Amino acid sequence: MEGQSKLASFETAVLPHLDAAYNLARWLTRNDADAEDVVQEAYMRAFKFFGGFHGEDGRAWLLGIVRNTSYTWLQRNRSPELNLPLDDEVHDVKSDDLNPEALLLQKVDAQILRQAVEELPVEFREVLVLRELDEMSYKQIAAVADLPLGTVMSRLARARKRLQQILASHTGTEVLS
Amino acid sequence: MSCQTAQEFIHAYVDGELDLARSLEVAQHMQECEVCASAYRNQTALRSAFKDSSLYYSAPEKLEKRIRSSLRREAKSELGRRSFGWRWLPIGVAVTLVLLMVLVIWRTLPGLRPSADELLAQEIVSNHVRSLQLESHRTDVISSDQHTVKPWFDGKLDFAPPVKDFSSQGFPLMGGRLEYLNNRAVAALIYQRQKHYINLYIWPVEQGNNTGEVATKRQGFNLLHWTNSSMDYWAVSDLNAVELHEFARLAQEAQ
Repeated sequence: MEGQSKLASFETAVLPHLDAAYNLARWLTRNDADAEDVVQEAYMRAFKFFGGFHGEDGRAWLLGIVRNTSYTWLQRNRSPELNLPLDDEVHDVKSDDLNPEALLLQKVDAQILRQAVEELPVEFREVLVLRELDEMSYKQIAAVADLPLGTVMSRLARARKRLQQILASHTGTEVLS
Repeated sequence: MSCQTAQEFIHAYVDGELDLARSLEVAQHMQECEVCASAYRNQTALRSAFKDSSLYYSAPEKLEKRIRSSLRREAKSELGRRSFGWRWLPIGVAVTLVLLMVLVIWRTLPGLRPSADELLAQEIVSNHVRSLQLESHRTDVISSDQHTVKPWFDGKLDFAPPVKDFSSQGFPLMGGRLEYLNNRAVAALIYQRQKHYINLYIWPVEQGNNTGEVATKRQGFNLLHWTNSSMDYWAVSDLNAVELHEFARLAQEAQ
């Protein structure tokens, strides 16, 4: 595939997922300008490696590249964020965790939810964004985040648990103020 | 199903990722367990909160423009990089074909390449010039006596060259020399005409057709070639063509 024909098929298969790419990069970098740079770089990488793409799932393929580019960027610019240990494999559902947060989520407004998601460690943030905003299946998430299926499931569970805790603390603060 | 197991599967249940049998078990458990049922309600509430929240970031328009133009640039430079070799391929093929055709024509058309005779004439002129460069190189056997020169070749050549002295006609024999020409050992006889030297090269040929003299000129030297009695003769000298022809006639009459 050369020049113009490669560009044409790339524009058809990959360019339509620009919003998904930007959304993921924006959530991982938490900054508009950085997200734009990451997406731009990811698209150039994607174009370079487009020969290795065989037309299965353009979105998952692109998001995998966006994710890797984002992590490279985070490592370079915000390495402390990546150093949080995550014990995915351990199912640490303790007995008191079984009590659901006493929380009426219907009342949570977008601003608070956005803030709560941003507070999550990046590994939790990415599975939540892929699941809740991109509505990807576990299998697609596993492909994008390069994780085993079981880890996707446990990480999502832990991400939601943590999110609910953050939301509870935020709404608590709000109630007090 | 225990609460712990149920809550492990609730996420996959909410996400529609649980197989049918497990889904039924989870659903049944929740009917009996208020704690797990409320955990489930929390998850679905969280999911719908996400759905309603417009948390999705859309790419700014300028980003799309930026990426499109970068892609075009990249595609262009890739085309330049990758096809550099291919772009020249047809030209390379054409040049190769032309060269091949030239070679074929050169090999098939005798007029366009030096003939065997021309190459030989060149070889003979070179030999003649070299023989004159050094006095010592001019003759192996110095004698104006044909009866001295002729036997000298015995045992050195697989043929007996006719050796004649033409002193009385103004072409004295100076001597003889062994040479290697036309891929074989040949006899070279040296004659003199005033200040000019004549080399007469002689060797036997397979086909014994007698031919007349063929005159050529090369680098200012006159050459005469003829075949007589199964012998090839090449006479070469800086002597003028008329006198060289006279010499050749003498040599042929003598045989």
